[in-house]
Amino acid sequence: MTKDYKQMWNNLDINLEAHDGLLAVLSDAYQNIYLSQHNRPEGMKYFDFVISEVHGLRIEEILEAKKERRKVIGTFCVYVPEEIILALDGVCIGLCAGADVGSDEAEKFIPRNTCALIKAFMGFKLAGLCPYIQTTDLIVGETTCDGKKKAYEIFDEITGGKMYVMEIPNMKGEDGRTLWRNEVKRFAKKLEAITGKMIALEKLNEASKIVNARRKALQRLSLLRSFEPSPISGLDALLINQVSFYDDPVRFTAKVSELCDELDERVKDGSGVSKKGIPRILVSGSPMAVPNWKLHAIIEGSGAAVVGEESCVGERNFGVILDDGFSSVEEGIEKIADRYMNIHCACFTPNDERLSDILDMAKRLKADGIIHYAIQFCTPYMLEAFKAKKALDNKGIPFLRIETDYSMEDMGQLKTRIEAFLEMIGKGVRV
Amino acid sequence: MKIGGIDIGSRYIKYVLLENSRLIDFQRKETGYNPMSVCGELLESSKPEKLVATGYGRYLLEIYKNTKTITEIKAVALGAKAVFPNAKTIIDIGGQDTKVISLNDKGDVTNFEMNDRCAAGTGKFLEIMAKTLGYDLEIFGQHCLDKNAGIKLNSLCTVFAESEVISLITKGEKREAISHALHDSIVSRVMSLLKRLEIKDDLIFTGGCATNACLKSMFEERLQRKVLVHDNPYLQAAHGAALYAMDS
Repeated sequence: MTKDYKQMWNNLDINLEAHDGLLAVLSDAYQNIYLSQHNRPEGMKYFDFVISEVHGLRIEEILEAKKERRKVIGTFCVYVPEEIILALDGVCIGLCAGADVGSDEAEKFIPRNTCALIKAFMGFKLAGLCPYIQTTDLIVGETTCDGKKKAYEIFDEITGGKMYVMEIPNMKGEDGRTLWRNEVKRFAKKLEAITGKMIALEKLNEASKIVNARRKALQRLSLLRSFEPSPISGLDALLINQVSFYDDPVRFTAKVSELCDELDERVKDGSGVSKKGIPRILVSGSPMAVPNWKLHAIIEGSGAAVVGEESCVGERNFGVILDDGFSSVEEGIEKIADRYMNIHCACFTPNDERLSDILDMAKRLKADGIIHYAIQFCTPYMLEAFKAKKALDNKGIPFLRIETDYSMEDMGQLKTRIEAFLEMIGKGVRV
Repeated sequence: MKIGGIDIGSRYIKYVLLENSRLIDFQRKETGYNPMSVCGELLESSKPEKLVATGYGRYLLEIYKNTKTITEIKAVALGAKAVFPNAKTIIDIGGQDTKVISLNDKGDVTNFEMNDRCAAGTGKFLEIMAKTLGYDLEIFGQHCLDKNAGIKLNSLCTVFAESEVISLITKGEKREAISHALHDSIVSRVMSLLKRLEIKDDLIFTGGCATNACLKSMFEERLQRKVLVHDNPYLQAAHGAALYAMDS
């Protein structure tokens, strides 16, 4: 970090001692997992910098935005319509939920067998470790699973009433669509109320273009990973996707585009981050919030390449572009709602579209196998894994089902499973 | 040429030495707290020209001796196939892992399932329960009632099952009957893994727990199939590693 942010953190009620510990662990992990990689693109330097300033410069920027009376909206889910937040000059931030911190604190409020992601967002807040949560004016939750739904009730008390929950329908029919359109309208009203502004058509257009541009940049990155050998590691691509949730969207898009220009050159030369012929793995399942790099680190450490993420931190976040040809705010909000209904989260039933997405991605990215990742106790994805396996078995695509959390205690078993899977898909790993 | 295969497991390190593709030596030592020194002792005398390591501790040799490694899943498949040429399904119960593996006609692994992080249904479970009932692990399987005496253990977790066993002891249940229930609970655990695979003959049982006759007969009864166990079921993974070394 370039400067001393102690005063800023202190003002945000951060537990300075514990926070120093967290940053030290994060920095070590980053060194071991990221900076030790070979042949990284130059363009990753920006993202290394963003991570090194994850609780520093970016928080300072957000505090500056707050001085300009802009509202900070914290989110946990890709269903939260960012266009509406930006149209009202808000700052949209994906909150900290990817590390095993403050579990003991969290377990005072929620059961032990709750998924790691829920435990983490509770833990980050309770242990005073997430400056982002502290800067928020509103935290938007959503009813994507029972665990989150009930945890948000408790989180509302813990954060002094900052929670606002959007109801995500469970089925994709007409009733679901109507419910969701109404939810998006209700959200727009809520934001208008807290910002004291009305959504203007011009601003909504502009916001839609900003978010679409970011989606297109991430789509371009995804496309570049389909080349053999991939010009970028799965770890680096995962990081970029994680950063997309809290960086300034315009700057982020520019930086991803610059990186993609560099990757274009690599692809033209036929050069990549690893040698040709190593197994190509598509990861599918629960989201991996920063700094959850565990699975990618094991897979790539075992000599394979992760070429895609069918995940909310991945394709589900950028796969669908918004139809931004609208001529009134009402029409815009409906189109925005409809765009988000096209995300195929396992909270829906049935959700066969997700199976098609996995198959399409496997084909497009030339994946040799799928590793299905579910956070332990993440029932929707744990269950959908069985359907996914069947669908992939039918196509003859090798499939490995993993359930894990943020701890390191199962590293041995996971390595054995993943290496055995890589041996199985026939290209050999360690020998 | 001497070729070695070493399987660094959680409880024992197993070492196989081949000469001209013939198995000339097998040793088994407790892993203990310093597996590197145990490996050193095993390798010292034989000095193999080629070596492949497998098992939970394989990285130790990879890091310190630059030894090639394969997973115990691949190793056990190669080792079982070598002694049972028609092997199609393998149950391997070791100290801390339980694995079930499917092979194709060529002996390639086509599917596998493995227990999660905890010791439920593994050798460690058996070891702790034998101790709780006052048996040596080696003879535990001989002290098992032939039939279920109506006891069912509800818990597969080693810690909870131990409390359950203690409460059965204090109720005055015969230890042979409790022993039956414990073996049965391991078999149930493995059955749930097996059901996710397509079970085909020959079905091979490997790993330290395959020395337990009670487990073998329970599998046969539940599966209504013959279960094949090698005279020395400890050595398949190490043997597989050595065979892999030979071909590489």
